[in-house]
Amino acid sequence: MGNIGKKIKKIDSEAITLGKPIYTEDLAIKNTLCVKLLRSPHANAIIKSIDKSRAERTVGVEGVFTYEDVPKNRFCMAGQTYPELSPYDRLLLDKHVRYVGDPVAIVVAADEKICNRALNLIKVKYEVLEPLLDFEKSETSHIKVHSEEDGTFFKGSKDFVKYDLSKNIVGEINKVFGEDPEKTFEDSPVKIEEEYTMQEQAHSMMETYRSYSYYDHLMRLTVITSTQVPFHIKRQLSVALGIPASKIRIIKPRIGGGFGGKQTSVTEIYAAFATMKTGKPCMIKLSRKENYIASNTRHKMKVKVKIGAEEDGRINVIDLDALSDQGAYGEHGFTTLGLVGDKSLPLYNKLKSARFHGKVVYTNKVPGGAFRGYGATQGCFAVESAVNELAKKINMDPSKLRLKNITKEGETTLAYNQNILSSKLEECILKGRKLIGWEEKYPSKVLSNGNIRSVGMAITMQGSGIANIDTSTVNIKLNEEGDFSLLISATDNGAGADTVLSQMAAEILKCNIDDIITISADTDITPYDPGSYASSGVYVTGGAVVRAANKLKRNILKEASEKTGIYFGDMDLNKGMIMTNTGKEVMSLKDLAEELSSGAEGKTIMGSGSFGSDTSPPPYVAGFAELETDILTGQVKVVNYVAVVDCGTVINENLARVQVEGGVVQGIGLALYEDVVYSKEGRLLTDEFLQYKIPTRKDIGELTIDFQESYEPTGPFGAKSIGEVVINTPAPAINGALLNGIGTQFSKLPIKAEHVLKKIIGY
Amino acid sequence: MKISLMINEKEYVTHVKPEGMLIDVLRHLGFTSVKRGCDSSSCGLCTVWVDGLPILSCGYLALRALGKNITTIEGVQEEAKKFGTFLAEEGGDQCGFCNPGFIMNVIALKRQNKKFTDEEIKTYLMGNLCRCTGYASQMRAIQKYLEV
Repeated sequence: MGNIGKKIKKIDSEAITLGKPIYTEDLAIKNTLCVKLLRSPHANAIIKSIDKSRAERTVGVEGVFTYEDVPKNRFCMAGQTYPELSPYDRLLLDKHVRYVGDPVAIVVAADEKICNRALNLIKVKYEVLEPLLDFEKSETSHIKVHSEEDGTFFKGSKDFVKYDLSKNIVGEINKVFGEDPEKTFEDSPVKIEEEYTMQEQAHSMMETYRSYSYYDHLMRLTVITSTQVPFHIKRQLSVALGIPASKIRIIKPRIGGGFGGKQTSVTEIYAAFATMKTGKPCMIKLSRKENYIASNTRHKMKVKVKIGAEEDGRINVIDLDALSDQGAYGEHGFTTLGLVGDKSLPLYNKLKSARFHGKVVYTNKVPGGAFRGYGATQGCFAVESAVNELAKKINMDPSKLRLKNITKEGETTLAYNQNILSSKLEECILKGRKLIGWEEKYPSKVLSNGNIRSVGMAITMQGSGIANIDTSTVNIKLNEEGDFSLLISATDNGAGADTVLSQMAAEILKCNIDDIITISADTDITPYDPGSYASSGVYVTGGAVVRAANKLKRNILKEASEKTGIYFGDMDLNKGMIMTNTGKEVMSLKDLAEELSSGAEGKTIMGSGSFGSDTSPPPYVAGFAELETDILTGQVKVVNYVAVVDCGTVINENLARVQVEGGVVQGIGLALYEDVVYSKEGRLLTDEFLQYKIPTRKDIGELTIDFQESYEPTGPFGAKSIGEVVINTPAPAINGALLNGIGTQFSKLPIKAEHVLKKIIGY
Repeated sequence: MKISLMINEKEYVTHVKPEGMLIDVLRHLGFTSVKRGCDSSSCGLCTVWVDGLPILSCGYLALRALGKNITTIEGVQEEAKKFGTFLAEEGGDQCGFCNPGFIMNVIALKRQNKKFTDEEIKTYLMGNLCRCTGYASQMRAIQKYLEV
C-alpha cells in the first residue's frame, strides 16, 4: 500500500495546528477546583507543626490537607513495569521534607487566586536540618536522606539492586566482562584516564505537568492526565491511595511534550486525592517554576573512564566508574545507572576486558528521573569524550579509530550477550564524514578573523524497548461500515507514535490511513501497554500492531471464505475490497461488515496481538559537529551538525527526521546552554526559561540529517527505535570538536563561553 | 469590573479584575488555544494579536485591550490551516503545545507581505520557544508558506 517510509502527516496535526481543545487543561469542565501545593523552602527539614486553621476558613477553600490527613502508603512515582526497581520511598505528604519544593500541604479551592491566598495563610514550623547537597559526599555523610524506620522501601531484591540506606545508596552495579580490567589496563601501552560530569538537564517540555480528575457515572476515580504511562499511573494511585485499581481510570489526551519527564507521576496523585476528599472535579497544573524545582531531571552523573589501547588504536579495555546523583527520591535511579555501561561498552568490539561499576546516591535535591537517553546519554558523553582523547593521544583520526573498533552487523561483543542482527553504524560514520566535509575540515583551521573552525565526532547506540520486560497488546476491530478501530496505549507524547502505528496497521490491512480510527490511551478501553518510554513505541507496540492487524486480516478473510466458499488463503484485502489472489473482486469490506452487523449470526471481527521481545535491538547514530569558536569571547557556535542514523527501516521519513533534529538540538542545549545552579542552601536557582536557557531558533546552525537504513529482523517492517538515541552524540562530538580546535576538552557540562575562554587564554 | 472586549470580531462581556491578564480572560471565555507556558513572558506560547500586532497575552492587562480588536487562532482558522498544513507536512507540529502562539506570529509575519531573509525570520520568531522540533522543520514550513 506504500504506507511505510512515506512522509505521512501526523493524524492529529489538523487539530493541533488549529489550536483545538485537546490537552488536559482544555478538557476540564467549568468550575473545576484548583489544587495547589505548599512546598518546602528547606532542603532538609522536619515539620514540627502546621497551623492550617486560617487557610481552611478562607472563603472558597474546600480543603487543606497535611501529612496528618493523607494515607500512609509508601509508593513510587517511577512509571516502570512492576515490580519496579525504584524504591517505594514516597508518601503522599511526609513529615520529613527532603528538597526545596517537596510538598508540605495540599490546598483545594475554587480558583488559583484563593489557593494562593490560602497557601500564604498556612503556618509551618520546621526543624531545619543540614542538607546533603554534594553527591560525592553522600555515601560517607552523617546525613541520611531516607531511613527505613517506617516501611519497606524496595520491591526489588537487595542482592540485585544493592541498596543501602545507611550510606544513602539507592543502588549499585558491578559488571566485569572478559579478562581482569586492571591488568589489561596496566598492560596496554596507551592509557587514558579521564572523568566527565553531566548536569541535571531539565526536560522543559512546553506543557507543564498537569492532571484533572473527577468521579464518573460509576463513581470511579477518573484522571485525565498528561502522562507517558497511563497504566503505571493507575497502579501507583491504587497503591498510594489504597483503593482497588478497578476503581481507577486513566485517560491520556494529547500531551504537550514529555521527553521522559512524564514517565514519572508528578501531579496525578494530588488531583486524585483532592477529588477523593471533595468529591468534585479537581485540577492541578504546575507553574513553570514548579516544573523546574519540583518535578524530576536527568540524573547528574560523574563518570570516570579508563581506556587501555594499543598504539595502532585497538581498544583493549574500557573501565567505567559512575556516580549518579539521585536527588531526594529514587525514581529511575538504578535503571538509569545501568544504561551508562549497557549502551556504551557494546559499541566497541575489540575489547579484551570491560567493566562497569556504578552507584546512585540520594541527596537533598530535585529528584532524578527518566530523560530521553536515560543514562546512555551520560555514558556516551564520558566514553566518547575519552575515545576522542585517545585519538588525539595516538594522533589518529577519531573517525578512523571508531571504524577500527566498532561492533558490526552479525558480530557480538564482550559486553553484549547477543548478536547484533542489524547495524549500519560503519556506513553512518562514512556518510557523516562526507556530509560534514571531514577530509577538508579535520581537525581545524583558523579563519581570517582569528576564530577557530573545528570538527569533532561521536557514535552512540540505544535500545528498542526493554528486553524481556516490555510487552504491549493491541486490538483492532472491523467496524460496521468497513472502517477500522485501532486500540493502542503507546501513549503518543507528540512525536507521532499514533500516526506511525496507524501506518503499520494500514499497511497490513491494505487501506488508507484515514480508514483507521486510532484510539489512545484510556485504561478502560485500550489494552495494556507499559507506555511510551525506553524507545518502545515503534518496536514494541509496533510489533503488537503487526500481529493484531495480521490476525484481523485472517479473521476477515475467514468470514469472507464462509460466505463465498473461496479458500481464505486465496484472498487478500485491497483498498476496502476483498479480492482473490488472481485479482477478482469478492466483496467489499463495507458489505461484509454491514452484513455481519445484524442478524442471528451477527458479530464483530477483531484482531488482538501482543509483542514482547527477548532482545532490544540498538539503533545507532554517528554525530559530527562543526564549531566556530570565537577566541576573543570563548563563544562556541555549532555551525553545522550532521547526524546519520540507523533506526532500521524508517517508517515515516518526516517524523523520523524531526525526531533527530529535535533530539540533536536538545543535545546541543545540554552541551552548551542548559546550566543548573543551586544555592548554598539547596534551592534550585535556574527555575525559569530566563535562567535555564533552552536553545532558541537563533542558537542553532545547520542541521544535516540523514538515514542509513538497516533491516532489523525482529522489528516491525525491519524498524528499530529512534526517539532517544538521537540526543546522545552532540555533547561528546562538540567536546571532541573543541579538542580538535582549541586543543582541550571539558570535563563538565554545559561548556559555557567563560570556560572556553579560560582555556584559550590559559587562565 | 464588567467590560466588553472585541475578540475575533465578536463582542464579549465579561468580568475582570484590574490586574487581570488577557490570557486568563481569553481562556475563561473558552479560547483554549491560548496556552500558558511560563510565568516570565519568555516562551511565546500565549501570543495573540491586539489590533493585528502580536503580543504576549500573559503580560498584557485585559483592560488595555478595551476598544481594541483581539485576535486568537480561533479567529484566523483559514490562514492557520494553510500554514498548519505546511507545518504538518514537515512533521513540525509535534506535541503542538507551542503551535497556536507560534502560528499566530508566523501569520503576522506573512501578513507583512515583505521578503525576509532566514535570519530575519529567526529573529522575528526568536521568542517562540519549542522543545520538540529543533526548529528546522518549522523553518522549512515557513519558507514554503511565505512563497505562496
